[in-house]
Amino acid sequence: MLTIGLTHYLVVAAVLFTLGVAGIILNRKNIIVILMSVELILLAVNLNFVAFSQSLADLTGQVFALFVLTVAAAEAAIGLAILVAFYRNRGTIAVEDINSLKG
Amino acid sequence: MGALRERTRRIGAVRTKNVQAVFFYLFATIMIASAGVVIFARNPVHSVLFLILAFCNGAGLFLLAGAEFLAMILIVVYVGAVAVLFLFVVMMLDVDFAELKQGFAKYLPVGVGVGVVVLAELGFVALGWSSAPSAADAAANPIIPQMSNTAALGQILYTKYVIFFQASALVLLTAMIGAIVLTLHHKPNIKRQKIDEQNARTRENVIEIKKVPFRTGV
Repeated sequence: MLTIGLTHYLVVAAVLFTLGVAGIILNRKNIIVILMSVELILLAVNLNFVAFSQSLADLTGQVFALFVLTVAAAEAAIGLAILVAFYRNRGTIAVEDINSLKG
Repeated sequence: MGALRERTRRIGAVRTKNVQAVFFYLFATIMIASAGVVIFARNPVHSVLFLILAFCNGAGLFLLAGAEFLAMILIVVYVGAVAVLFLFVVMMLDVDFAELKQGFAKYLPVGVGVGVVVLAELGFVALGWSSAPSAADAAANPIIPQMSNTAALGQILYTKYVIFFQASALVLLTAMIGAIVLTLHHKPNIKRQKIDEQNARTRENVIEIKKVPFRTGV
């Protein structure tokens, strides 16, 4: 119990990932919280990468986690920019109002 | 003398391990608790603040796992940039968040159900998983204990993974240009200085000389 191994990290990351997935479903209307849940999921993924990197004594996992961080930052910036542009046009950010493309 | 020193070293190692375990459980508990607050909070500002707390504790876990550079990057990029960006947007948009929260109770059973299923699946994988014995020998970039984490990462990032490094730079550039293009808009009723039009003005295309006949006007 006191020796922290790979499994501990995997369990923590699994719980965090689950919270992120549940957050997407629970906050179906609020796209800002959905974006935050996606960030939580990516943090869980990064935690797995780092834990495996430590456990296998291989730096590749950390390099990959760095790239995941890059993509996550880009995704947050673009997502929030789309959100601001959408709010400017429609005056709301409710997800179910975003159905103009529906046939 | 040697036995005593050996015993002291071993006690020290056990104590280090205990401290490590205490900090692991501390960081993990706070991180998961604040992640829960992120998805359950009524006010999105609270969500963002607890997201920051979750990232800080995630950085602590990264430190414990020996990924010092990534831990610092997490603090600088996530807490310093991404979370503050979220905070900006939440505070900038004048949205009735109570209205957005309305479907919460309706989605609660589905959300909890999916959460339990995902957690069970991930738990089976995380607990019933075993590594191949040859996996440790197949390491692409073995960690050298004498080298600091940042130096070691830099040495492979700028040589072996330089193409991916450039590609991620391109992703960030695209994101930057995209964010600017999406949010920049020109209001037609605001007067702006148009430097190219001003520079293009010449005497010939601006001034027209009229010959005004006497007593008749133009």
